[in-house]
Amino acid sequence: MWRYVIKRVLLALLILLGVSALIYLLSMLMPADYIDNQTSAALANGSMTQDDVNRLKELYGLADKSFGGIIKSYYSWLISTLSGDLGFSFLYGKPVTEVISDYVWLSFLIALISFVLQTVIAIPMGIKAAVRQYGVYDYTVSVFAMIGTALPSFFLSALLMNVLSIKLGLFPLQGLTSATIVFAKDAHLEIFLDKAWHLVLPITVLTVLGVGGTMRFTRTNMLEVLNSDYIRTARAKGLSENTVVYKHAFRNTMIPLITSLSGMLPGLFGGAMITETVFAIPGIGYMALRATQQGDIPFIMGYNMFLAILTVSGMLISDLMYMVVDPRVKLS
Amino acid sequence: MGMMKIFKRKKIQGIDDTHYLTLKEEIRISKENNKIIRQFERRKARRNVDESEYLTQMRDPSNVVEFDELHTYFYTEVGTVKAVNGVSFDIPEGKIIGVVGESGCGKSVTSLSLMQLVQAPQGQIVSGSIRYKASDGKCYDVTKMPTSEMLKIRGKDIAMIFQEPMTSLNPVFRIGEQMDEVVLLHDSSATPESARKRSIEMLNLVGIAMADKVYSSYPHELSGGMRQRVMIAMALSCDPRLIIADEPTTALDVTIQAQILDLLRSVMNRINGSIMLITHDLGVIAEMADEVVVMYAGRIIEKGSVREIFHNPRHPYTIGLMKSKPGKATQGERLYSIKGQVPNPINMPDHCYFYNRCDHRMEICSKAYPEMLQFSPTHFSSCYLYDENKVGDTKNVKESE
Repeated sequence: MWRYVIKRVLLALLILLGVSALIYLLSMLMPADYIDNQTSAALANGSMTQDDVNRLKELYGLADKSFGGIIKSYYSWLISTLSGDLGFSFLYGKPVTEVISDYVWLSFLIALISFVLQTVIAIPMGIKAAVRQYGVYDYTVSVFAMIGTALPSFFLSALLMNVLSIKLGLFPLQGLTSATIVFAKDAHLEIFLDKAWHLVLPITVLTVLGVGGTMRFTRTNMLEVLNSDYIRTARAKGLSENTVVYKHAFRNTMIPLITSLSGMLPGLFGGAMITETVFAIPGIGYMALRATQQGDIPFIMGYNMFLAILTVSGMLISDLMYMVVDPRVKLS
Repeated sequence: MGMMKIFKRKKIQGIDDTHYLTLKEEIRISKENNKIIRQFERRKARRNVDESEYLTQMRDPSNVVEFDELHTYFYTEVGTVKAVNGVSFDIPEGKIIGVVGESGCGKSVTSLSLMQLVQAPQGQIVSGSIRYKASDGKCYDVTKMPTSEMLKIRGKDIAMIFQEPMTSLNPVFRIGEQMDEVVLLHDSSATPESARKRSIEMLNLVGIAMADKVYSSYPHELSGGMRQRVMIAMALSCDPRLIIADEPTTALDVTIQAQILDLLRSVMNRINGSIMLITHDLGVIAEMADEVVVMYAGRIIEKGSVREIFHNPRHPYTIGLMKSKPGKATQGERLYSIKGQVPNPINMPDHCYFYNRCDHRMEICSKAYPEMLQFSPTHFSSCYLYDENKVGDTKNVKESE
């Protein structure tokens, strides 16, 4: 098994190398770089000359956009990354690792809560829908799940904001803290509750978006299991329908569920770019979107490598979980 | 017709025609199905049903099970499939009854009806009765029993061995756990230790050498023959009165087949119960069964003792079956096969189902379905060939063609 893990890790390193090269090339080829974005106004009103801009580009290492130049700067990025230094974010003026570690936890918290909610809601719903296939419950749940999955996150966010915040005033519209309230320094509970109140809508959006997929996945797997021969054997033994479904079928349904859900765990650190942006939540996704728009290459690289590592480790975890939950699987 | 094909209408493939359902027909079928299915499901789900509703009397007290005009239908989206269409036969105590017929003739559905395990909600027992005599002398009508009562019979008094040993055991539980479960479920005095002892005893009984090791193995660690032994051990663990063996050897190779059949026979002597042996292998029937039931397209076309069926088959289909055994063909000769196909299970004709494949068909055969005729105390067949009242005034269709 350890040989398998080592093999997978080595393969992952190769994938990460390819990913980094591709992203570096793409971000260097963006038509307007960070300096262009920052100086376009000054250049237009004459407070800066083209020479100043060029000097700045030289300073930031963005001057040479030839293929050879990109390769050279990629090489230097790679060397410093391997030594653990992801560089300085242009936009945030801090080391990239620091920006990531500062903002990732809020995103993780939001994602974790909605992940737990989504799992707890979707799995029982999927099982019940499968047991009552083509019944009223099945159709109702499926339709709502499909609606939830089909809605774009920005649309659902906008809808909830409009109805629940603007019209009904139940929840704050955006941000993480109320700007209008001044808290005492030691009012930790109030500050915490205020933040939690701000997070209700984003978490709701992420949960609603995720429930549909997990529910359908559970339902499909459950149906497949319920039609299998060993379920008929279990019934022929005289077991009650509940034992058949919740013991014999459920254990088998859990195999693909656990593996796919555990594969999603690392991804929870990645941030929800669109939802965080719509709600102006200062999470890692929001920071990354801003950095990408501005052409902040060190941060784009750092963030995307972070995502790539999360994805690769998610896949590895998922494969390892197969071995844990399914006695038939031996990894070698 | 062309338009219908474009919209991919549901197709009913007949023998020489293809019928497409219109949307209207489809909606009508689905509506009717839902209505009927709901009725049946509600009936089965009832609680606290008075025992008198499903208590009945055996016709012959020496039988364990009596099938009486059993009809089991499947309400599919293209129409009603009469999988079992009026089947009557008895399973006497201590006997092996063989049920033969080709794939889809309803032999498995008959046995599943007895267990109330027909794939619901589409599959439902529509009419007829299945009388079962319990060990305490009471006699139940299985078709009228609510599911909650049925659970007490399943696995305890009537146990089943399935065709596919490779997929019939739950892959994520150990053999021991799956075997103990039956004992713990049906024997209220059983403890985990006594259940374990019982399971290992059963594993030893079915000839598994390292019973302790197999007990703690997962199904995938065993071969097909071993798994089928485990299935048999599991079926035996509550001393059933009837074992339904649904093609128990079909998925196994020939040497293992012989071993499993030997095992079944010795087991039967031990438990002093009956076996309902479902197969399409005539060799297995000849070797094992006391009595044979031949099914065709959901009906019994002939039944009798093994000797009668093998030496004196009456129905043209049975005769065809006997002729198509490999042993009968001499070298260089083509193996005999009955030409044609089984009729479409939806929209079954009213006449004899074997009509279009029969070498002896007569005019009368295209009229009403033939009645069961008796040839000996045990031998029955439904064919006009032997109906003296009818056969005289009809001529062979084939000759006139």
